[in-house]
Amino acid sequence: MTDTGRNPGTPLAPDWFDTVAVNTPAAERRAASLTARRTVKKEWQAAWLVNAIRCIDLTTLAGDDTPARVQRLCAKARQPLAPHILQGLGLEALTTGAVCVYPTMVAPAVKALEGSGIPVASVATGFPAGLMPLPLRLAEIRYAVDQGAAEIDIVISRAHVLSGDWQALYDETAAMREACGDAHMKAILATGELKTLRNVYKASMVAMQAGADFIKTSTGKEPVNATLPVSLVMVRALRDYGARTGARVGFKPAGGMRTAKDAIAWQVLMKEEMGNDWLQPDLFRLGASSMLADIERQLDHHVTGRYAASHRHALA
Amino acid sequence: MPSVKEILMSMEYGPAPESAAEVQKWLAARGAFGHFIGGSFAAPGETFATANPATGEELAQVTQGTEADIAAAVAAARKAQPGWAALAGHERAKWLYAIARHVQKRERFLAVLETLDNGKPIREARDIDIPLVARHFYHHAGWAELLAEEFPGAEAHGVCGQIIPWNFPLLMLAWKIAPALAAGNTVVLKPAEYTPLTALAFAEICAEIGLPPGVVNIVTGDGETGAALVASEVDKIAFTGSTEVGRAIRKATAGTGKSLTLELGGKSPFIVCADADLDAAVEGVVDSIWFNQGQVCCAGSRILVAEAVEEAFTRRLTARLAKLRVGDPLDKSVDVGALVHPVQLARVQEMVAAGTAAGARLVQADCALPGEGCFYAPGFLTGVPPANPVADAEIFGPVATLTSFRTPDEAVELANATRYGLAASVWTENVGLAMDLAAKVKAGVVWVNSANIFDAGAAFGGMRESGFGREGGRAGLRDYLRSPEVEEALEAEARFDTSPVAEAVGQGGGIDRTAKMYFGGKQARPDSGQSYAVTHEGRVLGLAGLGSRKDIRNAVEAAAKAGGWGRATAHNRAQVLYYLGENLSARAGEFAARLVEGGHSADAAALEVDMSIRRAFYYAAQADKFDGAVTATKTAHVTLQMPEPFGIMGIICPDAAPLLGFVSLVLPAIAMGNRVVAVPAASRPLSATDLSQVLDCSDVPDGVVNIVTGPKDELAAVLARHDEVAALWYVGAAEGRRSVEAESTGNLKPVWALANRDWTGPQGQGRGFLQRATQVKTIWVPYGE
Repeated sequence: MTDTGRNPGTPLAPDWFDTVAVNTPAAERRAASLTARRTVKKEWQAAWLVNAIRCIDLTTLAGDDTPARVQRLCAKARQPLAPHILQGLGLEALTTGAVCVYPTMVAPAVKALEGSGIPVASVATGFPAGLMPLPLRLAEIRYAVDQGAAEIDIVISRAHVLSGDWQALYDETAAMREACGDAHMKAILATGELKTLRNVYKASMVAMQAGADFIKTSTGKEPVNATLPVSLVMVRALRDYGARTGARVGFKPAGGMRTAKDAIAWQVLMKEEMGNDWLQPDLFRLGASSMLADIERQLDHHVTGRYAASHRHALA
Repeated sequence: MPSVKEILMSMEYGPAPESAAEVQKWLAARGAFGHFIGGSFAAPGETFATANPATGEELAQVTQGTEADIAAAVAAARKAQPGWAALAGHERAKWLYAIARHVQKRERFLAVLETLDNGKPIREARDIDIPLVARHFYHHAGWAELLAEEFPGAEAHGVCGQIIPWNFPLLMLAWKIAPALAAGNTVVLKPAEYTPLTALAFAEICAEIGLPPGVVNIVTGDGETGAALVASEVDKIAFTGSTEVGRAIRKATAGTGKSLTLELGGKSPFIVCADADLDAAVEGVVDSIWFNQGQVCCAGSRILVAEAVEEAFTRRLTARLAKLRVGDPLDKSVDVGALVHPVQLARVQEMVAAGTAAGARLVQADCALPGEGCFYAPGFLTGVPPANPVADAEIFGPVATLTSFRTPDEAVELANATRYGLAASVWTENVGLAMDLAAKVKAGVVWVNSANIFDAGAAFGGMRESGFGREGGRAGLRDYLRSPEVEEALEAEARFDTSPVAEAVGQGGGIDRTAKMYFGGKQARPDSGQSYAVTHEGRVLGLAGLGSRKDIRNAVEAAAKAGGWGRATAHNRAQVLYYLGENLSARAGEFAARLVEGGHSADAAALEVDMSIRRAFYYAAQADKFDGAVTATKTAHVTLQMPEPFGIMGIICPDAAPLLGFVSLVLPAIAMGNRVVAVPAASRPLSATDLSQVLDCSDVPDGVVNIVTGPKDELAAVLARHDEVAALWYVGAAEGRRSVEAESTGNLKPVWALANRDWTGPQGQGRGFLQRATQVKTIWVPYGE
């Protein structure tokens, strides 16, 4: 992750979000029209899909993860596209933005990615529910950092949002940020469990005030994960936070995005609402596991003119 | 083409043009277009070019319609109409369904053709115009199916002449043709001079499905062709376009008996309250004034923003403006395309220049415009006090005005300070405030936390100088139907004499009775200081005030002060009407005697008084039952269609039934919350002036009913010309009907000019009167959390 200056956070300032107005039908309309208003074709489509790969946190977060499975994922992260595709696109090198794993899988991932420059991200803090005692959650962060994780994807306590206890949410998240040390912190809001877009905005703002480097939609384990309306509201929150503090906070939608079309849609959202800086991996990540396969198929078609079969591409 | 590597650096969108090849092929194959008359295309006559405004390139030659062409088309429509109307509703439904299906099958073709001819972005043509066209025909296939059941006894007008604008060419065609056909009318439609091509493609679809010849006729041409259509032997004119042309059409159709609906201009307020979701409101502006290059009659072109958030809102709006992509309309990633024509471009430039010359500041997108074509960088004007010329004039381009307000009251005041009343958009997260503003804004359509949402099931149309009549839904269909012909009853002889009389008047030894006029709950002497004799068979029954224009002025002023009546509960109005009936009943003998004195038989007098009492009960009953509707439109939208009173109505009563005629017209008007200035039977005004005492003791608030006696047609003309009078009913002879219609063009008030009739019969009362006393306001409330 290229360092653009981390978000130092601020003291808790509830007046930045207390009375926020978020009109849900309007957010849904905007989200729907964003993707209808913009499209990319031909070389541009290919480039935008390549850019998506640069921003992917290639992820495996399953109970049956093993070091060997993680190694396979890392190999894909190093070479996300088959050589003939890369060559056809006129590119020399390409990697995903990061690899994202559970804390106990950090060490094998770090080893597998040695020399690639690809950071390892680790979920932590009792992922995905986050309902472990705080000291254990903080210890888990330290463990993952100790194992070599450069980025920590923490989960917030949904209970604090649902009960409106912003102070508790702030304190906890600030403590996590401190535990991260030099590792960048992505705060997962689990928006599918916060339900209202106002809650999403408020939780985003508290997480940023507590020093989150990224705000992230979902664990991938909630009933509803990344959606465009939720993403729109989070992005507007980080825009507002940036306008007040000058800090640049990144955004990571995660979960539920599976297609190349999704990859374009979220990039359009970032470009329209924020600008090109938020199309770079230091400020934008896509948390996805199966999306890469679809992108690779599309790019294969772009290069060869033939529709590809997934069994001819390397598994992630 | 740049390499992937280069694009990765720039992350530009790149070009994404929709192909026009199929459409170009069709245009080349078709050559010059003739009119579509009687089911086939006529040979081209004298032609003119229609061009692509994005490039200036000619697309096709189309025929300039002549009077003879119009006559031929009307004749074809006339010939087809009886057969079309005689079809079972189900049969007409099948035709409309086929049209809807074929529009969908040709959706890409139609979208591209629309974009080429009009200059609108392909995204809008593809995602908005064409889907709404198909939806409109589906919806009206349903009305055709249900017509007999839903509108028992109603008839088609016959042949409808329809004139549509260039901003939504095919969509406006659908709004006109679908309801007309569903109701059993046949049509002659003239598309706009600048954008005739989708109408001609639609004609091909009619031919493709085998629609019976003459049911749909398309005649192309300019304003002169339109004027010829207005003057032709049609039964109804439906027009969408400028207020200026609407006025001319009102004048031209006056007294012809042609039914008329007008959908005209607007300068619609876009109210952003302090607690609004500002990002949502900013996006609302994008969907309003930066939609279709701002060439939208209902665009929220007047942004009114709460002072508390003006700075924040303006900052966000400016940032959003910078993201708009202006350029090739066929590019799928373009937000703002070309204005329709160089004339329109020049007009927008001129108006914006006038605004800035008067002190407004233009904030404009800093974007590169294509080197040629009718492009204009979108923007908005700040510092626009009401006195600036652009504050009330319709720019009809992608430039809104922005003005701040301090309180919601002031927002309403500013919103309503306009001659128009087409649409409004209201942004607040407070549902109480949203509905309050929606209720108080004078507009036919109100969008809460949204803008420019349309559906075939929701009525669309204006108040004030934005026109009258509705399109869409039940109200829209009703404008293509009429009640069966009323048998015209003979008017009483006008025994109207204003010179002083030299004989004994009135009570013969009793105390002299003075029939005064009645304004604001007070008996009033005529401003002229003159009275006229009311006589019967040479006998003078009394003197009535000789009303003049100043009395009308005073009466309207009194009515204007009684605005609370429209806000009273329906129950409250019902109570007042019941009480009126009660008090009239208590004095039935006296009122009957007055009628007998004027020549009624005893039986006729008793019947008229009894019917008047019943009428009070009928409209009391209706006061809280003539309801609006909640319409099924889109998911998670409450779409309310509410009948609203006009405000102040002028009512010119028949001579024939001095009491019942007055009661039959005034009571439905006030039952719906209107205030009335009524001119009673000129020859026998004393029943009405007597009634003022009953009004007084029945708790009718001051100013709700105002009575001016005197020369009927002179007073009617003053009312017709009065800009504060929002609607006018006139019962009387043909010449009077023509006159009030012609005089109504000032504020384009709807005029209901009806023949005298047997007021004791079934045609003397009904929901039709209540429909004429109200205008539908459609309120859109999207919901969701």
